This record gives sequence, C-alpha cells and structure tokens, in this order.
Amino acid sequence: MNDRFNLYRFASPATFYPLAGRMIPWFAAAAVLFGLAGLYLGMLVAPTDFQQGEGYRIIFIHVPTSWMSMFIYLVMAFWAAIGLAFNTRLSGMMAQALAPTGALMAFLSLWTGALWGKPMWGAWWVWDARLTSELILLFLYIGYMALVAAIDDPRRADKAGGVLLLVGVVNVPIIYFSVKWWNTLHQGSSVNLTKSSMAETMLWGMLLMALSFWMYSIAVALTRARTLMLERERHTDWVKAELAETQR
Amino acid sequence: MFKIITSVIARDLKLAMRRQADIVSALFFFIIVVSLFPLGIGPEPDLLRKLAPGVLWVAALLATMLSLPRMFADDHRDGTLEQLALAPHPLGMVITGKVIAHWLVSGLPLAMIAPVLGIQFDLSSDALLVLTGAILLGTPALSGIGAIGAALTLGLRGGGVLLSLLVLPLYIPVLIFGAGAVDATVSGLGGEGHLSLLAAMTLAAIGFAPWASAAALKIALE
Repeated sequence: MNDRFNLYRFASPATFYPLAGRMIPWFAAAAVLFGLAGLYLGMLVAPTDFQQGEGYRIIFIHVPTSWMSMFIYLVMAFWAAIGLAFNTRLSGMMAQALAPTGALMAFLSLWTGALWGKPMWGAWWVWDARLTSELILLFLYIGYMALVAAIDDPRRADKAGGVLLLVGVVNVPIIYFSVKWWNTLHQGSSVNLTKSSMAETMLWGMLLMALSFWMYSIAVALTRARTLMLERERHTDWVKAELAETQR
Repeated sequence: MFKIITSVIARDLKLAMRRQADIVSALFFFIIVVSLFPLGIGPEPDLLRKLAPGVLWVAALLATMLSLPRMFADDHRDGTLEQLALAPHPLGMVITGKVIAHWLVSGLPLAMIAPVLGIQFDLSSDALLVLTGAILLGTPALSGIGAIGAALTLGLRGGGVLLSLLVLPLYIPVLIFGAGAVDATVSGLGGEGHLSLLAAMTLAAIGFAPWASAAALKIALE
C-alpha cells in the first residue's frame, strides 16, 4: 500500500495524537457553524406549529440529542469490536472517550423530553417505549463508565468494557422491542413522536442541528482521547517530546 | 464434549450442597422481599393481585443477583478457574455447566416457592401456574446474562454493586415478559406469547452468554 495513504499509520497514538490535534479545530468550527445555521432556521425561520405552538421548538435540541445518544453507542460498540478483534490500543481509548458524551446526549434527550412533555402531555414522564428505552440506554452508558473506572489496568479496562459494549449492543434492540410490546399491551400508545408531515424548514433546521451535535461530539471525543493518550503513554518518548514542546 | 458440562454441574452442585446456607439465605431473601410489599402497600386484595407479578419478578431478579458474585469468585480464589481455563475443553462449555448449576441452586428453588408466595397475593390457580412456568423459563436467562456480569467484575473492588449496575439493565426484557405473562393471564388474554418469548430469550442466553463470559474471564485471568 502507498505509504502516504496508509490509514493504519494512524492506529498508533504517537501518530494519531498530532492528527487529532489538527482535526479538532475544524470539527469545533463546523459544530459552531452548523449550530448557528440550525438555530437560526429553527428559532427564527421555521413556522409556528399549529398544534403545539412555539413549544415544539425544543425539537431542535431533543431529536438530535436522541439520535446522537443511540449513534454514539453504536460507534463505541464498533470501536470495541475493532479493539477486541485486532488488539489495538487506540480503539479502547476512543470508546472510553466517547462514553461521557454519549451519556450526556442521553441525559439531555431525557431532560428536553421532560421539558417538552410537561406542556404537551401534561406529564414530565410517561412510561412510553421510547422514553423507557432511552432511560435504559443511559443506564448502559453509566454501567460501562462504572466498569471502566473500577478496573485499574487500562488494557483490561478496555477489553472488559468492550465485551460489555458488545453485549449491550445486542441487547438494545431486544430492550427496545420488549418495552414497546409491554406498553402496547397495557395502554394504547398515546404518544407518537413521528410526525406525518413536517415543514421543510423544520426538517432542515433539525438536520443542521444534528450535524452540529455530531461535529461537537467528534471534537469533544477527540479532545478527551488526546488526554487519555497522554495519560496512558506518559512513559513513552513521544509524550515526553510533546510535553517538552508545549512547555518551551 | 458434553461430559465436561455434566461434570462441571456435578462438581458445582456438590460444592453448593456443602454450603447449603447460601442457597437457603438467597431463598429467604426472596421470601422476605416479597412479604415486605403487602406490609408497605396495604392488604387490599385487588391491589395486591395487580402488583403480584411485578413484585415477584423484581424480587426474583434481586435474589438471583445475590448469588452471582459467588459464581466464579471462589474458583478464582483457589486457582481452580485458571486450571479450568487451561483445560483442553472450550471455556464456554465449562461456563455453560456453571450457568446450569447456578440455575439449579438459585432459579429452581425460586420457582418452587413462587406459587406459595403467589397465594399470599391472592392469585388465581391459572395465574399461579403461569407464574411458576414463567419463573422456570426465565431464570436460566438470568443466570446466563448474570454470568457475563460476574466474569466482567471478577476480582474488582466494589464488584457486587458494580455487578448490579451492569446486569440489571440487561435483565429488563426478562422482567417485562415474565411479569407480562402473568399479567396477560390475569386479564384473560393468555400468556403463551410471553412464555414463548421467555423461552426464546433463555435459549439465546444459554447458547451465547457462556461464550461472552468466557471472553470476559480470559480478560480477567490475563
């Protein structure tokens, strides 16, 4: 393979660290730009909903955070699989760096959902299938972080966390469908978040906000991964050289 | 191939029989937790009948959780686990045997005592039958999924609390379908669908969970 385009070169922390450092500002800038455009479209341009009034505008935070909370879990499971299969150091760090952001997204999704639910349904919380499975997703994130934090040896923490992530990712669809069926047995589904028709500006605003959250997650995860790399590789020459550089 | 499963089961059962107090205390934990609910909620039969499936199932989950840390810990302490991992047999098979043995000493007694507790909650005989069947069908899945958590938290500080944090979210489908089977019977819908799904989950858990916990054990033993 051409040495220049060899992606595997970046599987090593020593080469990935500077690359991540160069990428972070771009992702951060993209997050701000997409966020400003999305907020402009969502708050100022998008029409008022004829049923829900202005209150619906929380959708521009709520839906992107929900998407990201699920997507980040999948990405973590992907890194876990790579790490377990190829025994790479960086994959475990990536999974670990993503976890707090994923948990934050799940929490934000639940919180904005509660804020939205109170005026619309008259309740902060309903035991609906979507809400319940999002809550369980938050529990899975917390379980992963607790497990990784409890293991002192970072390599063992990565691998054990990886096994847990893969078990969790198999369980997520099962949990989703189980709570769905359980609810439809007890009460008719009173809540349906999927709208049949949506104004085009609303959709665009939502997509832009989703892109913004996506870029934000990448930027934050890369920053966290860089810190993890420095911490774990602190005995290596490249970290010492890097630190000497910054102190100069 | 299957001889290793039966010999692991026989060994674990013999060990469990030497320490019967452990089995009995988990069983009494189940009985006490279930008995606390009528005291806390009040003695109205209608309310109790409605709560019974959920209460019994949650108590069963907790009682199963109690015995999980011991699944590998004793063998890990005296070095047996390393010998088992070094043995020519696949580690997944060994763990399948341990999961079945764990179910025989934790899940099976719960299923035996559950109808008696169900009577306290004024359940009908149909519902009692389905409740027993659901606990019989569902608890092997709890042992299987629990084995993964027990292997992941082997030898960690605060392992017990961590184990519940990891395993309880994964137990939710079993809880939902287990309690759902009894609920559906009480409301006259019939619980067969739920029971089939429980059986499917148990088969999947017995089939796959030992291999995931074998991977986790190998990490812990490194």
